[in-house]
Amino acid sequence: MAEFEKANSVGEWFDQRLNTSGFWRVMMTEYWIPKNINFLWAMGALLAMLFTLLLVTGIFLLMYYKPDVNMAFDSVNYTIMQEVAYGWIFRNIHGVGASVVFLVIYIHMFTGIYYGSYKKGREMIWLSGMLLFVLFSAEGFSGYMLPWGQMSYWAAYVITEIFGGIPFIGDELVIWIRGNFYVADATLTRFFMLHVLLIPLAILGAIVFHFYTLRFPHVNNEEGEFFDYKEESEKYLAGDKKESKVIAFWPDFLSKDFMVISIFMIFFFYLVFYHNAFAMDPVNFDKADGLKTPAHIYPEWYFLWSYEVLRGFFFDIAGISGKSLGLIAFGFAQAIFFVLPWLDKSPMVKPANQRPVFKYWFWILMADLFVLTIFGKLPPTGINAWVGFYASITFIVLFLALPYLTKLEAKMVGGK
Amino acid sequence: MINESRRGFMGKAFGAVAAVGAVGSLVAMKRSWDPLPSVMAAGFTTVDMSKLEENKLEIVKWQGKPIFLLKFAADMPAVEKRSVKVGEHYYSVMIGLCTHLGCIPAYSSANKQFKCACHGGEFDAAGIHTFGPPPRPLDIPPFAIKDENTIVLGESSPEYEALIASLSTDNNIA
Repeated sequence: MAEFEKANSVGEWFDQRLNTSGFWRVMMTEYWIPKNINFLWAMGALLAMLFTLLLVTGIFLLMYYKPDVNMAFDSVNYTIMQEVAYGWIFRNIHGVGASVVFLVIYIHMFTGIYYGSYKKGREMIWLSGMLLFVLFSAEGFSGYMLPWGQMSYWAAYVITEIFGGIPFIGDELVIWIRGNFYVADATLTRFFMLHVLLIPLAILGAIVFHFYTLRFPHVNNEEGEFFDYKEESEKYLAGDKKESKVIAFWPDFLSKDFMVISIFMIFFFYLVFYHNAFAMDPVNFDKADGLKTPAHIYPEWYFLWSYEVLRGFFFDIAGISGKSLGLIAFGFAQAIFFVLPWLDKSPMVKPANQRPVFKYWFWILMADLFVLTIFGKLPPTGINAWVGFYASITFIVLFLALPYLTKLEAKMVGGK
Repeated sequence: MINESRRGFMGKAFGAVAAVGAVGSLVAMKRSWDPLPSVMAAGFTTVDMSKLEENKLEIVKWQGKPIFLLKFAADMPAVEKRSVKVGEHYYSVMIGLCTHLGCIPAYSSANKQFKCACHGGEFDAAGIHTFGPPPRPLDIPPFAIKDENTIVLGESSPEYEALIASLSTDNNIA
């Protein structure tokens, strides 16, 4: 070890020992972001912000919440909401934040799909992002159980029951997951553990990994342009910031992110204070009752599209039961987004509106997901059941057809 | 060379220890998630059938599950392989969970049918699915007829075995 000079400042003292200036340079001032991007590129920083909010509010809720079937409901609806000073605000931020984080995740995801940010070297960004989506879904589901209201209970019941559809081990698996024959105290306590420890730990790790996957392929830009980052960053460092196609992560990029975050936070707290009802289902203010199914069960809005795919198949086809078909379609819907980079056979990395075939695919998918979400909330009777069926079929066909459509597109554009 | 083989041996030794540890850990973790013995043991519910009214659904709890008990009225014919005769009357004895995704169907005395609110499944008074996504009739819990007014849920009997045997082609029956 080289001998250390006496440090002239606190900063230098840390720099000598931790190379803080080098770390800052690599992570911040010389981490390069393309210049031609728009506000949609701020969703990542926004998600980091929202996750932090959920983590902090979660810690405060944790001090009064009781993971026990006899105490959970009152600990939330009486202790936290009425007794704890400002307890209501932590709960509202946590509940509204959980809902809004999915809104931003979906914007983030569909921005990636629209601009083709999942292929040609960016596959790991996409895969780690999808992993985060699954982890956030598990986090949302396990958290929804905790207030132990009627919707908590029956959502837990229906979702754990899904595992019963797995051949051979299904019935035993459901009992194993629940720790009882039905959703009971053991279920609540273990999902509490998952919600406050295991899944958040996994999410933190996955976020770090997701950032790392951006390091080498770099973030995509509005035109899908590939350029030499070394060359462009040298221009920037030489002072030619106008000509350079890149900007520094800090202070250039993040300062604009903070602007977007500021505007978003005003909207977010408007929801928290004045329009939080959408994240607080009235049915969930009835205490869980295992012998009384609510008249109509539906998940939170962000799960509606996949819920509609699950129940879209309400009759037998070719000797396969509607239940099995629904489960297969549901599994398909969960898994298929992961392999999107390999289903898109077109070499084009361009915004969808510049791609002759993909643009139709993208907007039909958006419309279909919209229809699935709307009908996922409606009672599945009469015409609704059929709309759900055809929208589910459309979803599956869209993904099965994508390799052929994008091959066609590759031919049309001549491999560009 | 000798170093290489020593290192190789150490690697294999560590691998063996780690594998035993990993298997042991997984078994312990899996078992700790199993239902507790007290949960597994809590299993029998005795029902006095004499208190039931005709064509009015009675729900009792067995192993945390709702059990539907429906006493058939004179105008409701017994259904072969489904109805249970206790004393002079026929009954439906069924697990009150929709065989689609486990919601509890509601009974309408006027229509003599069960309707599940979750996904629109319908069953007749004997629990046979007549519409919607349910893949099979309502399941029948193990029961034993003790006397003309009493049955015990959770205990098997020849009557129960006979009902289940008729369904043996469907391996989904719990």
